[in-house]
Amino acid sequence: MNKEQRLKKRHNAEKRFKLYGLTSILLAIFFVIFLLNAIFSKGSGAFLKTTIDVEVNFDADTLELSESPPLEDLENTDYYELAIDSILKVKKVNGLTEEKLLINLFSPDYEYEIRNFLLDNPKALNQTTVLKLTASDDFDQLHKGNYPRELPEERRRINNFQLNLYDELVNEGKVNKIFNSYLFTKGDSRNPELAGIGGALVGSFFTIVITLLLSFPIAIAASVYLEEFAPKNKITDFIEININNLAAVPSIVFGLLGLGILLGTFHLPRSTPLVAGITLALMTLPRIIIPCRASLKAVPPSIREGALAIGASKVQSVTHHVLPLAIPGTLSGTIIGLAQALGETAPLILIGMVAFVVDIPSIPTDPSASLPVQVYLWSEQAERGFVEKTSATIMVLLSFLITLNFIAVYLRQKFERKW
Amino acid sequence: MKNVKIILSILTVMLFASNVQARDQIRIVGSSTVYPYATVVAENFGKTGKFKTPVIESTGTGGGMKLFCAGVGTDHPDITNASRAIKSKEKALCEKNGVTEIIEIIVGNDGISLAHAVDSPDSNFTKEQLWRALANEVDVDGKLVANPYKQWSDIDPSLPSKKIEILIAPPTSGTRDAWNSLVMSKGCSKEAKALFGDKASSECTKIREDGYAVEAGENDTLIVQKLASNPDAYGFFGYSYLVGNKDKVKAAAIEGVKPSLEGIQDYSYPIARPLFFYVKKAHIGVVPGIDAFIKDFTSKKAMGPRGYLAEIGLVPLAKAKYDVVRTAAVELNTISIK
Repeated sequence: MNKEQRLKKRHNAEKRFKLYGLTSILLAIFFVIFLLNAIFSKGSGAFLKTTIDVEVNFDADTLELSESPPLEDLENTDYYELAIDSILKVKKVNGLTEEKLLINLFSPDYEYEIRNFLLDNPKALNQTTVLKLTASDDFDQLHKGNYPRELPEERRRINNFQLNLYDELVNEGKVNKIFNSYLFTKGDSRNPELAGIGGALVGSFFTIVITLLLSFPIAIAASVYLEEFAPKNKITDFIEININNLAAVPSIVFGLLGLGILLGTFHLPRSTPLVAGITLALMTLPRIIIPCRASLKAVPPSIREGALAIGASKVQSVTHHVLPLAIPGTLSGTIIGLAQALGETAPLILIGMVAFVVDIPSIPTDPSASLPVQVYLWSEQAERGFVEKTSATIMVLLSFLITLNFIAVYLRQKFERKW
Repeated sequence: MKNVKIILSILTVMLFASNVQARDQIRIVGSSTVYPYATVVAENFGKTGKFKTPVIESTGTGGGMKLFCAGVGTDHPDITNASRAIKSKEKALCEKNGVTEIIEIIVGNDGISLAHAVDSPDSNFTKEQLWRALANEVDVDGKLVANPYKQWSDIDPSLPSKKIEILIAPPTSGTRDAWNSLVMSKGCSKEAKALFGDKASSECTKIREDGYAVEAGENDTLIVQKLASNPDAYGFFGYSYLVGNKDKVKAAAIEGVKPSLEGIQDYSYPIARPLFFYVKKAHIGVVPGIDAFIKDFTSKKAMGPRGYLAEIGLVPLAKAKYDVVRTAAVELNTISIK
């Protein structure tokens, strides 16, 4: 083998090496695009909901109300009859069976939707208004094109009569798609068209706040002590090794810890953001301590020595000089730790967060779901409408994670000092 | 540092405050088969506005019983759902922990549906054929051998020559318990029972572990998806999943009978079973709304033949049975736990 051949061989090796790298990058990009496409194409539909126009005549007599009733009466009177009457006027049908089929076009909450409209607009009493009532799950999916209407009738949940009703309503322009505010304001429900992530959002918020309040001060205190004050001996070495090990412990182990200690010994209430927050704080602590220590370590010793040289005490040198310089690094470490905690499901299963919770929690000791748990719960449901709800929740969760990571990167870029 | 102290003290106060606070929300645990029905009742119950909506966790029947029987007091759930009756072992656990007064409510009936993809050819099995397909050990020519059947036609020439592939529920699920008692025990051949001797009841329900029976987890939706994509696979789950997914899967007949509302109600469908929930009587009056919730659940509007639970696949009780259950629910009659 002469010189040229060897050179050529080395050049080829280099080309191959580059090619391998490029292929793996392309493969990674392909997977990300594939994943995002799968989620977005399924989930984007959930941000819109199908409504059917219904003319409602808020006649005071039918509602058994006086001419200018107090708000309390509006709340307590029965809207069932008005709702059914209004719906049956949408299309002319004959007989009880057909009436039932027509009513089934609507989500079972029609009664409450009509009531809530009147409560928000008490002036509408004795007037006729066109309301956009939410369509039931099956018709919502049909209108969004996700329902296999070409199947033979006996295999469909929607029969031919209902399909005709729907087609006529579409031709009359009474079926619309509007922004689905329920998705963000309502708690869980067994009807996909009424289910929302409101409860999960609040639950996740409480959880993360508790995690932050517990883990951030403890992590800062621990890392400052270990980095600046602790003597270097076998005990601190042992602690350091343990922190690194804890950061690698699978999250479900912390769930067992929460189950055993928080629920078992301290009898804290099950399925609450309080317990979730404490459990996740335990899980996140070592994951925050490590970057905190790294950013403290990155502050050059000359800063400490300079402070000490002009007469500052050890505590002053740390709190006035070292810590402020290390803060951007600790903050971004904390935010990334929190982002991980936000997406965590496994420990929450053990402390009972995987539950059907309809009411939106108002304090951290109310039972609640959280975003990743909501994804898990909805993925198990039999109804077709939950498929897009699941993907939509993933989209919301992903956007929070991306925002958090973006803030972390921004803080680091903006405030980090190069030495 | 001062801030840290304040925050920590606030948190400590919160911890203790929550400890003292009584629970004003019903807590339900238990079977994943009853979960869809219980959640619908709970949601409607909450909408009336008098009480908070109950919180329901799907833990499986066995897991639910364990939590339910752990003790009396607001730390423990008030109600557990079950897809089979409470076992004597669980009764003993309950008694040991002071849960002595339990109200048993039968919610309705469910037919375990053996389902497969909607575009595969219709099929019909006997219980013995199903047992032979799933059992760990079977009798061949008067001897016990490890299950030799690879294709359905190996069991009976009249069955299709397709690979045996059955997705089964995990051992913690009540559906599996019911499957064991209704199919595996009943289908176990006389010869095998004689050969197993004393251990027949446990050996008959042992499932083969050579890959022809696949454990599929509690997630019934996932089973439906797997069945829809694989025309040879069979899986079993509650009747409501069959109703909810009839565009994807269909039921196989068992001993010539396909699951139907009437068949499950009068138990002419061979693998029908009742569904239950159990209430801790000691909690009534402590946690508000439990008695109202039981009344709501057992009302004609929910459990009756035209009730909203029937619409999502629960098979309502026959009239006479319903009256008994309703009386128990209104008068809060407890069952004996001896």
